[in-house]
Amino acid sequence: MSDVLEIVDLHAEIEGKEILKGINLRLEKGELHALMGPNGSGKSTLAHVIMGDKRYKITKGAIFFNGLDITNLNTDERSKLGLFLTFQNPIELSGVKLFTFLRTAYSVHFPNDNKTFQEFITFVQSKAKLLNMDTSLLSRNVNEGFSGGEKKKSEILQMALLKPKFAIVDEIDSGLDVDALEAVAKSLKETIYTEPKMGSLLITHYMRILKYLSPDKVHVLMNGKIVMSGDYGLALKIEEKGYEWIKEKN
Amino acid sequence: MDKREELKDIIPEKNYNGNFVTRARYPHVFEEGLSKSVVEEISEIKKEPEWMKRFRLRALEIFNSKPIPKWGPPLDLDFNKIRYYVLPDEVKARRWEDLPQEIRETYERLGLPEMEKKYLSGSVAVLDSEGVYANIKKQLQEKGVIYLDTDSALQKYPDLFKEYFMNIVPVGDNKFSALNGAVWSGGSFIYVPENVHVDLPLMTYFRMNLQSEGQFEHTIIIAEKNSSVSYIEGCTAPIYNTSSLHSAVVEVYVKENAKVRFTTVQNWSHDIYNLNTERARVEKNGKMEWVGGSLGSKVTMLYPSSYLVGEGASASHLTIALASENTWKDNGAKVLHLAPNTSSKVISKSISMKGGVSVYRGLIRIPKGAYNAKSHVQCDALILDENSKNFTYPHNEVYEETSTLTHEASAGKIGEEQLFYIMSRGLTEDQARSMIVLGFLDDVLKEIPLEFSLELNRLIKLQLERYGGTG
Ligand SMILES: Nc1ncnc2c1ncn2[C@@H]1O[C@H](COP(=O)(O)OP(=O)(O)O)[C@@H](O)[C@H]1O
Ligand SMILES: [Mg+2]
Repeated sequence: MSDVLEIVDLHAEIEGKEILKGINLRLEKGELHALMGPNGSGKSTLAHVIMGDKRYKITKGAIFFNGLDITNLNTDERSKLGLFLTFQNPIELSGVKLFTFLRTAYSVHFPNDNKTFQEFITFVQSKAKLLNMDTSLLSRNVNEGFSGGEKKKSEILQMALLKPKFAIVDEIDSGLDVDALEAVAKSLKETIYTEPKMGSLLITHYMRILKYLSPDKVHVLMNGKIVMSGDYGLALKIEEKGYEWIKEKN
Repeated sequence: MDKREELKDIIPEKNYNGNFVTRARYPHVFEEGLSKSVVEEISEIKKEPEWMKRFRLRALEIFNSKPIPKWGPPLDLDFNKIRYYVLPDEVKARRWEDLPQEIRETYERLGLPEMEKKYLSGSVAVLDSEGVYANIKKQLQEKGVIYLDTDSALQKYPDLFKEYFMNIVPVGDNKFSALNGAVWSGGSFIYVPENVHVDLPLMTYFRMNLQSEGQFEHTIIIAEKNSSVSYIEGCTAPIYNTSSLHSAVVEVYVKENAKVRFTTVQNWSHDIYNLNTERARVEKNGKMEWVGGSLGSKVTMLYPSSYLVGEGASASHLTIALASENTWKDNGAKVLHLAPNTSSKVISKSISMKGGVSVYRGLIRIPKGAYNAKSHVQCDALILDENSKNFTYPHNEVYEETSTLTHEASAGKIGEEQLFYIMSRGLTEDQARSMIVLGFLDDVLKEIPLEFSLELNRLIKLQLERYGGTG
């Protein structure tokens, strides 16, 4: 069966404030969609809600994965089904080595994979090198003292190891300088396009990353709603004119 | 790469899961209750010299004269509901094969013989009141190292014994040291001669097997000049629903330039009061290291102390305490800087969960004249839910201007966004929580001997991965 992630009329709130106001979105296997929109429009909220962050309350609507209603599933179960989120602000885990983190995550996803310790090291190091990542990060605490670029690469490395069916990539491009951005975008492309190609929802409000990855579709989120969808051309138009014209249209 | 991560795959697990009962013979099991005649009978069964019997009786008087300490955890302990002597079998084996089958199987199940073969210089097994097994590598024995259960040491080395017994811990130190003086039985006796280094650890395994039992081990470690030794004690018991009492006295003598590391992995069942007095006297340039993993028991009161009496002496106290449902962990450290250039480091990590209470109680004293003494104290607490508590009572007395004392403390909870982040990588909530807790403990876990850090790691994981379950 072909993989599908489908979001139907999704409403969600936090602390009594409605942030998502009826989102509809359908992502098919191997598709790359860009989700754009001004700051505070609800992009990260959507990402977290898809992943099952319990701090948000879903008040209406549903999320389906291959026809299965996952609206009330725990986060770890969603992960095991094949959903993944790279965090806009990756969280620091004091005292937890990145390597230990990766190995534990890998072992819950692939319980029957019996790589030895040494084989796993080699495996991780080869992935890390592919992403042009400094392997010394593996023996540091997760995200602690990582630079912006290192954090983002570490997110991509996790994604590369777990091989999800759908990845939600939240502002992997924010806070990076031009060189770091290019490196991150390349690694991301490498990871997404490695067969079998992942489906992905690429959240950004900049154009620059989309130049590296060609999205199949572009959606614009404003004030908790997808107000416009189109092709790559829409992204180009936003780069040129900003979001104002869309606001005016609505 | 972190060595621990690698060893996780290799080292067998089982060493501290002790919830099963050994069907030993039990030629002597005392009725519950404490009296002069109980004390006399213990001494007679052991065929002790007269001085020891008199010592015990005097200790009993001191015990009776002292009130139960009120400043700590609630001690609703009925001293008349404890059996003060429990002899599992009249055996003092030097080879595992020589133990009665039931007892041997117990230790096999706990993994001790295998550990001894792989990582230890020797081991002692104390079952209930008596040592049933003691062995040390031949080369060490030839160099004059003594490693015996304490009763055998009294019989074989009476003079050495008398010199160090209840010396740094005087019998009247507190109510429980007096109790130990009166009814002590079992424990480890270690003597390391000058210039001898015991390369692999010595390990004593304490096990309480019956209900309403008291275990009053007395451990003495003497490290002569320029020697070194690492000692580990493991503690387990099956679960009953009456209170039992483990009340030990540990005395450590670290001579000039010697080094002693004392590691405890305590996983008593949740019906045991664990009230101990542990103290070290550290001479010139000597090093004392206390490492404690306090996982089990109902109530623990334990504040290992280091008396730094010689110039340049140092002490380190690393403690991990986990207080779960119906448990109170009162842990701490006490360091007296009684000479110039002495240094100490105290790191205490407490976890409170499911309504458990953890307390850090510490004392650092730097009197005038302890020039350039240095001390660093760090106590961190992690509180996993609303019902659980942590209290920190650090007490610092500094009277010497040239000394430095630094103190850090933190108390925190697990962040929801941390849980979410880890869960988004496929770990369950319990696994995520366990990962955060182990991260919190990492400062201590990375400093202790590998095998034991892994063992602690596993035990903590076990408790935390049941977090969302029953209870
Ligand atoms: N924990 C929170 N408490 C209250 N409001 C929040 C919280 N998290 C996000 N919001 C609000 O939700 C809105 C959408 O935020 P977010 O999803 O992060 O936007 P974006 O990712 O598009 O920049 C913002 O107005 C933000 O202030
Ligand atoms: Mg955002």
